[in-house]
Amino acid sequence: MDLRYTQDEEVFRGQLKEWLAKALPALPPAPDPLDWPGRRAYDTAWQRMLYEAGYAGLHWPADAGGRGATPTQHLIFLEETERAGAPYVGANFVGLLHAGPTIAAEGTVEQRARWLPPVLRGDEVWCQGFSEPGAGSDLASLRTRAVRDGDHYVVSGSKVWTSHAEVADWCELLVRTEPVSDAVPKHRGITWLAMRMDAPGVTVRPLRTLAGSTEFAEMFLDDVRIPVTDRVGAENDGWRVTMVTLSYERGTAFVGEVVACRRTLGELARTARDNGRWEDPALRRRLGRLGAEFAALWRLTQWNVSESQGGGVGSRGGGGFGVPGIGGSVFKLRYSQARQELYEAAADVLGPDALDLAHPWNQDRLSSLSYTIAAGTSQIQQNIVAERILGLPKER
Amino acid sequence: MEFRLTDDQLALRTGFRALLDGRFGREALRAAVERPAIDRALWRELGDAGLFSLRLPEADGGVGLGLPEAVLVFEEAGRALLPGPLVATHLAAGTVPGADTGRTVVAASDGALVEWLAEADEVVGEAGDARPVRSVDPLTPLHRVTGGPEHPGRSAAAVLTAALQLGSAARTTELAVQYAKEREQFGRPIGAFQAVKHLCAGMLVRTELARAAVYAAAVTSEGRWGGADTDAAGAKLLADDAAVRNARDCLQVHGGMGFTWESDVHLHLKRAWVRAGQWITGAEAEELIAAAL
Repeated sequence: MDLRYTQDEEVFRGQLKEWLAKALPALPPAPDPLDWPGRRAYDTAWQRMLYEAGYAGLHWPADAGGRGATPTQHLIFLEETERAGAPYVGANFVGLLHAGPTIAAEGTVEQRARWLPPVLRGDEVWCQGFSEPGAGSDLASLRTRAVRDGDHYVVSGSKVWTSHAEVADWCELLVRTEPVSDAVPKHRGITWLAMRMDAPGVTVRPLRTLAGSTEFAEMFLDDVRIPVTDRVGAENDGWRVTMVTLSYERGTAFVGEVVACRRTLGELARTARDNGRWEDPALRRRLGRLGAEFAALWRLTQWNVSESQGGGVGSRGGGGFGVPGIGGSVFKLRYSQARQELYEAAADVLGPDALDLAHPWNQDRLSSLSYTIAAGTSQIQQNIVAERILGLPKER
Repeated sequence: MEFRLTDDQLALRTGFRALLDGRFGREALRAAVERPAIDRALWRELGDAGLFSLRLPEADGGVGLGLPEAVLVFEEAGRALLPGPLVATHLAAGTVPGADTGRTVVAASDGALVEWLAEADEVVGEAGDARPVRSVDPLTPLHRVTGGPEHPGRSAAAVLTAALQLGSAARTTELAVQYAKEREQFGRPIGAFQAVKHLCAGMLVRTELARAAVYAAAVTSEGRWGGADTDAAGAKLLADDAAVRNARDCLQVHGGMGFTWESDVHLHLKRAWVRAGQWITGAEAEELIAAAL
């Protein structure tokens, strides 16, 4: 057990900090958080800067155009960019953290060459077309149909909660290529396709979240023609391909935010000391408890990263590029809850200002409500932990 | 950064688990509940195995390891519900003669409580006004004390006590999962019901979060890095929480069986309550961490 960073890791951190200090002042002012076209321009401009400095796709394998950095270097990158107040991955989230790693792991040489460089450069933005009105946490129940017509799939159906659809160029789309039957269970017969968002037959209707943002949308697909060459993985093998993506999301996609939460907690304490609420022992103790929780979540992150780096030894599974062991679900369950508790405490620190949407904590408070739902609800995560980690019998 | 167990650390943990399985299994635990006393022979065996001298330099006859290793063996002691003033004796190795080898049993005052006072050979700290308590834990005799100087090893004591709690939390998770797989109701193992699954998953989440905090506190306290005291306090807070709440959930999963004296669940819960009151309590930990924010 060693929490010290190696000399190489500290050198990497030093260079990154130096670059951040020079790069960040060159960025334009951040757009309104509700302005997604503005955010796309801002986030992709930042991605371009990362690309030119050699930090794009840091954790991607080198043969996918990334830097092949170690998980610890990725951790340092997330820690220092957040500390420096650099933009979060934002509109590039799906491309960099979902579709990109999936294509890197499962795509052909041609597919990697076509799709990965534009993501790394910030030229192309991806959205996620997974969920449907009848297929949320039960994703395998999706019904959007794709029928083969020569060298194309013809796709019809609808998607919902499609993240970043309003500003995306491409969509990672899950479709059903084989109807469910006695011979084809619902987890089979699903295929992973890359769809151009400007293809004829695609209609996007932005959905407003309860935070007022249009970060996701409804999407209607009416005989959209997608070349067979834009399929990632084999036909009917999309479920396995998707699990690569989802295990990635549950494993490391949220770790950068722990640093932000710890910084916010410090700001909460300072504000409470200034406005007199610190005198309330109950509030003080809640903040102290959150301090312990977020410190432990950070340690859990370091543990997970070390295990994925070591690929074997240790008390938990794990290993390989972005595929977490049991730490991922455990982290996601506790983090999503702790983040909500943090912003509940923030509201109590703010007092009457908790009702003023101009205060950034209140936007964060609203968006924190999605954390126990997105990427598999907490209830589904608990089933996964109970069945796959603890070995309890299946419910059905 | 390599924040995970080394092969040597894994071997140390495996070795201690095997020792305790053989020497203090379930029958020994239940016999001890009926006749609570320190098993002096076992105490010496633990001393010979290095439990107390683990952190003494080899030049002084110790094992020469550190707090991270001590935490691993204390976690095993917590799993086994091993009784006795383990933390106090471990901390006294090198200062109280015979503590390192297990020939001397040492109790210590944390300013509020002393465990095993009457059976101990030596007491560290102020215990002049000690008055016996009818201890909630049948395997931990307690005395109440008021005040006295702070124990010099308070942070390490908190981390080691947190490790005992962690072991107990991990054990009650296993007991609950095992029972949920075996016990049938409505024609199915109760572990197939989502309500039971979610209790068990919550137990694992608490255990793993506490584990990350306890192991990290062992590393940072060892290196005397900044924040060691808040790390120790955070580890104690989360491990207390995991041990107490997991024991309660384990009892719930066991249903009526869990409410009996025969089941071991109450022993875990009662010991967890005792430990939660020792060294750094939840309220103290929260205030300490808040002050550092």
